Amino acid sequence: MPLTPVEVLITVAMMVLGTMITRFLPFLCFPEKKKVPKYITYLGKTLPYAVMGFLVIYCLKGVSIVNKPYGMPELSALIFIFAIHLWKRNTFLSIFGGTIIYMLLSRLVFV
Amino acid sequence: MKWKELKAAYPLTIPVMTGYLFLGAAYGFLMKSRGFGVGWTAIISATVFAGSMQYAGVKLLTSTFNPIYALLITLVVNARHSFYGISMLEKYKGIKKLKAFLIFGLVDETFSINYSHKLPQDVDKGRFYFFVTFLNYTYWIVACIIGNLIRNLFTFDTKGLDFVLTAFFVVIFIDQWISQKNHTSALIGLLSSVICLIIFGQNRFIIPAMILMIASLIFFKPHIEHIEKEEE
Repeated sequence: MPLTPVEVLITVAMMVLGTMITRFLPFLCFPEKKKVPKYITYLGKTLPYAVMGFLVIYCLKGVSIVNKPYGMPELSALIFIFAIHLWKRNTFLSIFGGTIIYMLLSRLVFV
Repeated sequence: MKWKELKAAYPLTIPVMTGYLFLGAAYGFLMKSRGFGVGWTAIISATVFAGSMQYAGVKLLTSTFNPIYALLITLVVNARHSFYGISMLEKYKGIKKLKAFLIFGLVDETFSINYSHKLPQDVDKGRFYFFVTFLNYTYWIVACIIGNLIRNLFTFDTKGLDFVLTAFFVVIFIDQWISQKNHTSALIGLLSSVICLIIFGQNRFIIPAMILMIASLIFFKPHIEHIEKEEE
């Protein structure tokens, strides 16, 4: 039984509310005039580095290493990105080069 | 030069544009296949504006009506956005105009650019942050609409193109790694996520990983701050 338009609207409103809570909460809890607790300042400085590691894993969460092709296209592309980025330090080359390598490998080599 | 912030912002958003075009169009296409037209697709993309949540939302919109469950799922899937807020408290400080929009649009990709890009001195940071946020927001909505409108969109083979966003985060991760002498935080993020992914599986690992990250960062606070002091 599909949702009625009103039910769709309410569901969407809930998704908006939930998303906005997660984005606005830190700024509402710690407005500019208030002194930010030391622990939050510390987390604000260290979290970005931790969260970037999390995002990498988050992107790769669906990759299976026990089933074919054992995550090989991803692993190969990642090694390529690391190597070319450390060598050339060219963001575009690393991102698009890595993507092209991945697309080629996942279609032609590890089918 | 009035538009130099736009000129500084635009090139950084090109990988995001590529990734969004693919993922957004796929979302629009999915919505259409479930009977949702361009109106709903545009409204949801412009108001929810959260990629993975919109995908999860398709399921919510096609099963039984349960608004409380929808709210809870959204809080769980998007909880990581609070981390971006905590990280941006300092950088978004002092921005008067459009700060609410910057916070509204604080998605993974926008956070990654706005946090890690070193701004040149003569660039107005508020305007730069705005353009990055606005461009990424626009790409997403346009892509979702395109995917919903165009018939037979995927006759050309785009398999694997979504890897562009993975590559995008990996490159920022490497850049951050190089810029830091102390890698404890980065390692905590990687290991917490991997450990929780193995234990809880891909659908349930986000919240445990976040908790483990916070706990580990606090546990290693003396160690991390000790190394930082030595660097100074």
